Amino acid sequence: MTSIGPPVLEVRNVSTHFMTRRGALKAVDDVSFTVGQREIVGLVGESGSGKSITGFSILGLVDPPGRVVSGQILFNGEDLLKMSPSAMRTIRGKRIAMIFQDPMMTLNPVLSVGTQMIETVQAHDKVSRAEARARSRDALGLVGIPSPEERLDAYPHQFSGGMRQRVAIAIALLHRPDLIIADEPTTALDVTIQSQILFEIKRLAAEFGMALIWISHDLGVVAALADRIMVMYAGRIVEAGKVDGVLSEPRHPYTSGLLSAIPAAVPRGEPLRPIPGFAPSPLSRPSGCAFRDRCVRATDICVTEPMLEIAAGREFRCFHPYLWSAA
Amino acid sequence: MSATALFREDMLLGRLIMGIGRSPKAVIAAVVCVILLFAAIAGPFLTPQDPYDLAALDILDSKLPPGSQNMDGLTYWLGTDGQGRDMFSAMVYGLRTSLGVGVFSGIVALVVGTVLGLTAAYFGGRIDTLIMRVVDLMLGFPTILVALMLLALLGQGLWKVIFALILVQWATFARAVRSAALVEKNKDYVEAAVTLGISTPRILIGHLLPNCLPPLIVIGMLQVANAISAEATLSFLGIGLPITEPSLGLLIANGYQLLMSGEYWISVYPGVLLLILVFSINIVGDRLREVLNPRLGER
Amino acid sequence: MTVFVIRRFLQSIAVLVVTAVIVFLGIYAIGDPAEMLISPDASQAERAQVVASLGLDKPLWEQFFTFTWNALHGDLGRSFVFNRPSIALIFERLPATLELTLTGLVFAILLGIPLGLLSGLKPNSATDEVIMTGSIFGFSLPSFWQGMMLIMIFSVWLGWLPSTGRGPVGEFLGLHSSLFTLDGLKHLILPAINLSLFKLSLVIRLTRTGVRETMPLDFVKFARAKGISERRIVFVHVFKNILIPLITVIGLELGSMLAFAVVTETIFAWPGIGKLLIDSIMRLDRPVVVAYLLVIVSLFIFINFVVDVLYSLVDPRVRLGDAS
Repeated sequence: MTSIGPPVLEVRNVSTHFMTRRGALKAVDDVSFTVGQREIVGLVGESGSGKSITGFSILGLVDPPGRVVSGQILFNGEDLLKMSPSAMRTIRGKRIAMIFQDPMMTLNPVLSVGTQMIETVQAHDKVSRAEARARSRDALGLVGIPSPEERLDAYPHQFSGGMRQRVAIAIALLHRPDLIIADEPTTALDVTIQSQILFEIKRLAAEFGMALIWISHDLGVVAALADRIMVMYAGRIVEAGKVDGVLSEPRHPYTSGLLSAIPAAVPRGEPLRPIPGFAPSPLSRPSGCAFRDRCVRATDICVTEPMLEIAAGREFRCFHPYLWSAA
Repeated sequence: MSATALFREDMLLGRLIMGIGRSPKAVIAAVVCVILLFAAIAGPFLTPQDPYDLAALDILDSKLPPGSQNMDGLTYWLGTDGQGRDMFSAMVYGLRTSLGVGVFSGIVALVVGTVLGLTAAYFGGRIDTLIMRVVDLMLGFPTILVALMLLALLGQGLWKVIFALILVQWATFARAVRSAALVEKNKDYVEAAVTLGISTPRILIGHLLPNCLPPLIVIGMLQVANAISAEATLSFLGIGLPITEPSLGLLIANGYQLLMSGEYWISVYPGVLLLILVFSINIVGDRLREVLNPRLGER
Repeated sequence: MTVFVIRRFLQSIAVLVVTAVIVFLGIYAIGDPAEMLISPDASQAERAQVVASLGLDKPLWEQFFTFTWNALHGDLGRSFVFNRPSIALIFERLPATLELTLTGLVFAILLGIPLGLLSGLKPNSATDEVIMTGSIFGFSLPSFWQGMMLIMIFSVWLGWLPSTGRGPVGEFLGLHSSLFTLDGLKHLILPAINLSLFKLSLVIRLTRTGVRETMPLDFVKFARAKGISERRIVFVHVFKNILIPLITVIGLELGSMLAFAVVTETIFAWPGIGKLLIDSIMRLDRPVVVAYLLVIVSLFIFINFVVDVLYSLVDPRVRLGDAS
């Protein structure tokens, strides 16, 4: 899907650091990207790559000692980083919603599902409890929860994991936000449930014209869903572009490495090739290209910082990108 | 003990000392604890008077305010009590008794609790159920109530108080040891050790016990503080230590009646000492809890 | 839910039976019951009569049966000193103790929860440090000595409040309590503070731990992501979660406070069951001691039962009885 009009979200040179006793930990390091209206963007990386922190940075939900130290986050043209906490609260849940990874943990165990939905409606709209309840019920119906009226009075422990994630999605949909940030919402679920939820979110995003940032470590999931893909490594976006282009002709050796480590993406008979080594600790990242220690193409020049190259709708940070015949 | 176990203990000790060192409050408290411990051990060499040698006491010196001097030129810096006893000397002796009873009962309770806790965790099944039922029953009742019941039925006495204190403390240790040991027991290497035919005592002492040390150290500290407090309370109520074994609690009780008539020092100073003792131990214990951070729970 | 209550009730009965057996063994098997339960100045004839009525000449199990039978009928022996049924003495003084304990508990809760929240929401701040050190100080203060200091400062030096006894009892809505007269309130203040300080520390620490453990949980972050106000997050989302352990512990502490009232009542000469116990121990009035122990244990077990039922009402996972 191509986006029309100005982008919903523009992230410009955002860095989020965690102040620890051993120095600043650069969880997100000079990250820039845009999300167009109705666009689905996949943000991919290993755990610890900073992808979740990127999502929390947008919503202003980075827990101390973490802090967004620089950059701009323009949402419909307005810089979220300059907003007062109370103004920010009117954005959260209303214009930008978030779905978390573990549905077992995101709902408050001692409050009924109805209470947790109604409070979300009433936090942003001055409506009666009855109306808030009706809207909550409709949202539950929308995500495919049977007999939503009765289920409003149920407590989270009475739902299965998949159903709880549907509830979380219903909460995210209550205000028809412009943007939903989904942080690995299917990772904790069984495989069969995963694809249902995946399909459900894609359908609802299209139906309500919402943009979506899908954070995942799973290239396969993102491939099935996203319009565009961004690959993060050690706090930076190392490659970004249209999903087909990135997957079929990866430019960055890291992306290529990720692809050859996925069983489904490797032709039968060819060996899987996991990326050697481990992602560097955020406290001791090598200078220059952080991937160079694990990279088969690295040379001496990689100790300096590679610049972001932009060509034909593709972005990457690498001195030795793969060159494909078509490019 | 194997080299790895020693290494782990070294690490633990290092962590403890570093942890205390980083908090000025805890350093002060630890220094106070050491000084008081030293005073309790060296007691008779520090005091100007043996407060329980009746020949050394002069009834004419009774209830002298702090700073008074007697005929021999001895200054009673903290005053004297109703029998003309130097308060400072009496307090040092009282400290010996209080600390002795607290530490002794704490250590015995620790050993009993550790053995039962390890047994429950290692053998599981019915033994575990039985031990834990008793633990739950014990912990279900407040310390002071159990001690009251026991002493009300048995009467007062040094060993009876120690027995009561052990009885009310062991269950706390047993529960902490059991839960710490269970965590370790379920790790693969213990199972591997069992399969390799390593003897049960070796597994218990070499593998499970070291893992229980952090919570034991913290609970041990806090329990000693509790035991000292509990003994003082029981002695104050007149059902704890007999008058022949004067602890700080008894000294305070003796001064209680005189409080109203203005002779405050007889109960205030021993009370302050008791408070400093318990407070310091608690501060150190609390700091260790933060450093070791075992989820001990508050109950 | 009903199943839970019934199961819990049966457990309570079991604990009660076990304690009764222990108390029984304490008197009959370890000590000499004749010596413990018969007044030292009783004549030979009186002695024989008591021995017969308690069945002391019968085998142990039969004695236990008699003991239980009598206990179930409210007969826990007669006081040597007052020559009245000991159970009556206990029930006469129970209201004073309950009044003191409940007032102390209310003090501890009303002060402890706000302080604990304050401390837990700003961990490692100066406020937190002061509150936490204060709370360690609070539970390091030996309760009896702390009470003496209260008397010394507020009664002896300042002369603001009375130091001993219970004030006149007033009546309000059919309840009799010294809470309803001014002089009664004045008498109650110091003992109630004395009894509450120790528990205050506990409530503070418990609340703080609860807050600190709950705040980093995902559902709090999710609530923020929903745009819920911080106030609602703290007072609804977090508070309702920490309420569960809080109710349990506070409930259990009520029992421990009843026992600790022994100390407070002794210092402040408060005419409750705790003072009665100590007086009876001193006067070797053992039937009253035994009656006290059985009453307080029953009370304690009853409180535990009520707490567990309350707990299940707050926690939907227990209430709905289908925790998965």
